[in-house]
Amino acid sequence: MKIDFKHNQSAHCENGVVSNLLNFHGLPLSEPMAFGIGSGLFFVYIPFLKVNYAPAFSYRPMPGFIFSRVSKRLGFKIKRIKFSSKEKAQATLDQELAKNNPVGLQVGVYNLPYFPDEYRFHFNAHNLVVYGKEDEQYLVSDPVMPGVTKLTAKELEKVRFAKGALAPKGHIYYPVALPKTFDLKKAIRKGIKHTCKDMLAPVPFVGVKGIKFVAKKIRKWPQKVGVKKTNHYLGQLVRMQEEIGTGGGGFRFIYAAFLQEAAGILEEPKLIELSKELTAIGDQWRDFAVEASRLYKNRSKETDAYNKIADKLEHIADAEKTFYIALKKAIR
Amino acid sequence: MKKEEVPQDESCFSDTEMKEVIYAVDKDGKYDKALSSGWETKTIVLDKSLEHIEERKAQAIANIKNGIQSPIAYFMEEHRMDIPTLASYVGIWQWRVKRHLKAKPFQRLSAKTLQRYAEVFEISVSELKHPKF
Repeated sequence: MKIDFKHNQSAHCENGVVSNLLNFHGLPLSEPMAFGIGSGLFFVYIPFLKVNYAPAFSYRPMPGFIFSRVSKRLGFKIKRIKFSSKEKAQATLDQELAKNNPVGLQVGVYNLPYFPDEYRFHFNAHNLVVYGKEDEQYLVSDPVMPGVTKLTAKELEKVRFAKGALAPKGHIYYPVALPKTFDLKKAIRKGIKHTCKDMLAPVPFVGVKGIKFVAKKIRKWPQKVGVKKTNHYLGQLVRMQEEIGTGGGGFRFIYAAFLQEAAGILEEPKLIELSKELTAIGDQWRDFAVEASRLYKNRSKETDAYNKIADKLEHIADAEKTFYIALKKAIR
Repeated sequence: MKKEEVPQDESCFSDTEMKEVIYAVDKDGKYDKALSSGWETKTIVLDKSLEHIEERKAQAIANIKNGIQSPIAYFMEEHRMDIPTLASYVGIWQWRVKRHLKAKPFQRLSAKTLQRYAEVFEISVSELKHPKF
């Protein structure tokens, strides 16, 4: 059995699932739109939480938040179920597919057979859609893949019940009670306001302040934890920034695309200018990643090199602060 | 980023059909999806983090040979896990897993506990006890 589901490759897994599922239900929403309305742009630094032996950085809100916010702002509900029993998890999936309902699943990346080996890490907040079952194989639309793929029941069970931080526990979700009409303008405004609030939050580890805080730390790390660990930490920062499904520099470009689309819908030409500004900031993030990776590769001993990239990051934080303040004003 | 600047470097995708989506602007400044075959910067940090795991693995092997650590330490690195992840997979408290990574406490593990580790690593108990490096 195969549901007539359109797979669209996307830059980020959660946006992609949201956009593809809503498109299926006759609510056309591009990936940048889902990202913007769901306020997907974020930054948080969690020094006491260690991931792969380095402090945790995240460029995105908690998994699931983007979809929840989109649903709240467009006025529909999401049915979410987690399981302790693997059998029940599969039975529920089969039932939904029989009802011609494609579903979103949260999965762990480590055991996904179609990912290149380099991408196999214990990261449990990946998202994909299952849209059918043929010859005991599930038909899978993984939004970061160019085309659709297949997984056996066993393979799917393994990734749905991956363990560790953010364990998916078979998490299955799909939109319900979709409205006939919805207020896109209002939803866009709400999404933008929320992002500005998050990024300008008066909390040291969050948003623009969080980015500044990390810049300060980069200056101190070489003395405090040694060059080797500093490089490893920087590597983590860049990986979180640019890896599939997490994003950072790439996220700025998706958000800039959203602002461009929003400018037309809200008839607010100021947003086009702001979109350009954010594109420039995204380019700066990429420059930062290039410098940081060079430092990592060449194992520079001079602490001045670390100060230089810290300057770069601080500069980004300042540019973003100006940007969010202007964005907040433009939307009022 | 401009469309023509989207990196097309060699990466782990090179041998596959996989490409990544990146949003970039065209000549008229309009945003659209573009495909990237990889970016050197990302490849560097990915390779480095894999190197880091290899170093940890080599260290674990040395420690096992010197009778400091148990084979669990090796298999944990082999599966790219850290202690919290492994503890979650076997369903044993972290402080106990930490103990099981040491050579001596490992000797005293019950057959049942060994079986649980072996299942997670998808090997037999004898392979767990006598790993081949």
